[in-house]
Amino acid sequence: MSSISQTVGAEERRAAQARARGYRLRRTLFLTLNYGFMLFLVGFFVFPVVIMVVSSLKPERLVSSDMRTIYAFIPREATLENYTCPDYQSPETKCVDGAGGVFERLPMPRLFFNSVFVTSSIVLLGLFVNSMAAYALARLRLPGRGIVLTLVILLIIVPFESVAVPLLLLVNELPWIDGTISWLNSYHVQIFPFAADAFSIFLFYQFFLNIPRDFDEAARVDGAGGFLIYRRIIVPLARPVFATVAILQFLAHWGSFLWPLMTTRGFEFTTLPVAMNVFFGQAPRQWGDVMAFASLATVPVLVVFLLFQRWFVQSVSASGVKG
Amino acid sequence: MAVTTPPRRKPSLYDGERRLALLMLSPAALLLLCFLLIPFFMAFGLSLTNQRLISPNPTEIIGLGNYRELLDVRFFPLAPRLDPDTNAPLRDAEGNLVYPAVREILRADPETRFFRELAQIDLFGTRYLIAASDATFWRALANTFMFALIVVPLQTAFALMLAMLVNQKLRGMNFFRTVYFSPVVTTMAIVSVLWFFMYNPDFGLINSLLGVVGLGPFRWLEDPRSALFSIIILSIWQGVGFQMVIFLAGLQEIPQELYEAAQIDGAGRWRQFTNVTLPSLRNTTIFVVISTTILAFKLFVQVDVMTFGTGGPFDSTATTILHLVNQGYRQQRVGYASAISVIFVLIVLVISVLQRRVLTNREV
Repeated sequence: MSSISQTVGAEERRAAQARARGYRLRRTLFLTLNYGFMLFLVGFFVFPVVIMVVSSLKPERLVSSDMRTIYAFIPREATLENYTCPDYQSPETKCVDGAGGVFERLPMPRLFFNSVFVTSSIVLLGLFVNSMAAYALARLRLPGRGIVLTLVILLIIVPFESVAVPLLLLVNELPWIDGTISWLNSYHVQIFPFAADAFSIFLFYQFFLNIPRDFDEAARVDGAGGFLIYRRIIVPLARPVFATVAILQFLAHWGSFLWPLMTTRGFEFTTLPVAMNVFFGQAPRQWGDVMAFASLATVPVLVVFLLFQRWFVQSVSASGVKG
Repeated sequence: MAVTTPPRRKPSLYDGERRLALLMLSPAALLLLCFLLIPFFMAFGLSLTNQRLISPNPTEIIGLGNYRELLDVRFFPLAPRLDPDTNAPLRDAEGNLVYPAVREILRADPETRFFRELAQIDLFGTRYLIAASDATFWRALANTFMFALIVVPLQTAFALMLAMLVNQKLRGMNFFRTVYFSPVVTTMAIVSVLWFFMYNPDFGLINSLLGVVGLGPFRWLEDPRSALFSIIILSIWQGVGFQMVIFLAGLQEIPQELYEAAQIDGAGRWRQFTNVTLPSLRNTTIFVVISTTILAFKLFVQVDVMTFGTGGPFDSTATTILHLVNQGYRQQRVGYASAISVIFVLIVLVISVLQRRVLTNREV
């Protein structure tokens, strides 16, 4: 009796061990395939950026010819001459491509400033006007509130592309504070049309609506007026939505192309994307320089993204929560 | 509009609040009015005129002339050429019927002088010539729909797959999520140049990589059959991370108990996906599909940069917005481009109405 049960127990144990082995094997196989596939996708998303940076560090003669070989991914004969080569005109220069780097060929600091200034103005001005409007809609007695709210939601649908051409005609005839007519080729023409944004107002509105009323009732009892409540209570409580709106607006306008293309000439006020397009179209096209420009425009934003990636991801998911 | 003056009354406790509300609303309201609402209505008005960006001549109202030019499509039945002696239809070396040149037919009528051929189709034994006054517009519209029809399902499915991959409870998922999302923070105009470089048919990296597995070489952007497809790959590469994150948020809201219950009922991984994951993600999917569709209809930057504004080769990458910009800005035909804007708004509106319908169906 006991010997039988012992054998049964041993068999069961062996079977269990075999199952566990099989499970471990399947698990290992699954993990290998899983991570293998995910790494392949990493390659798909990363290789263009790697190629861009690597190519920007090569002398011009290697940039295209290396693409056929493994050297495409290796910065051999690394040089910074695509970025800068201040003495390219002197006979003793060590730079080979002869036209200097992007810093010599383009007003790079100016272009950077333009992009940063225009985008941050849109974002900051936008945070201000959109949150105020949303506060008025969500928490104050506003005549015609329902109509305004409906209008805001309808405006989310209107694509900027559909108003771009009439708007171009309009800004061409608008006066500016210095007495000149036409907003073309300026900073303000790139900033003011985008500061107010219906979707940002909507995001603020939803958040403000959910802040308990007790907070401002208490402040009101203490004699605080509506604006003070907005500044002292609502804004501090709503920091996450401010971050969300800032990041979404940044993503939308840092790469802005159509409008600066239509409203700016030359490099004085133009931003990086449009300057890239112009530079790319200029003959002779030096791929090393083009890649240096692309790297300069891309890498700083990627670094900012990596530092604040949690915020970026949260903001984007917030944009989809309430279709 | 009639302005009604409210009857005089005692100032109420809330008057201050009303004034403050109007004051706080007004900056955003004024900006939206000036830069969105007014140009929006201007588009309708301008589309009835021959307005140009800069012109010495006064603007004239031309009624629906722009829309006629934009939308006029004609069908011409084509009679095969006949042999002058035998009156039998002529045939070429391969035995096909010979048709008169398109040019001859269009030139015959002064109204269709400047029409261009869109297509020729054989229907019930007769060949028809389809010609349009603005053939590029129709090709652009077809390309835009084609782009949306391919990109929307492909990108949505890809985004969902990525979201499920990075939602696994395994190590390193944060790293993968960050990497898959990173192209979203690149600038479209910049990466378009980068992909143009990689698509180069002679020294491009993509042909080299495909050559390793025995594919290609392809002419990518230089071949009308693959040009739009090249744009599609770049667009998905740059945009899919955004939708991935939205799906990820949706996935994380699905209660774990649903999966446990499904497991107890003996559902395998696939059944769990079709019976738990997909139904729970219904709203998220609708949102992603609609927003991607509208983005797809706005396709412009990639095409403008990579084809130098031409939409070539042979209009194979022309899009509605590219045509709008080429007409309204590069050709300075503001009136005509406004007509394109109006058509574009109508398309986007129809999509949004469909969205609303689907969303309300859900709530019933």
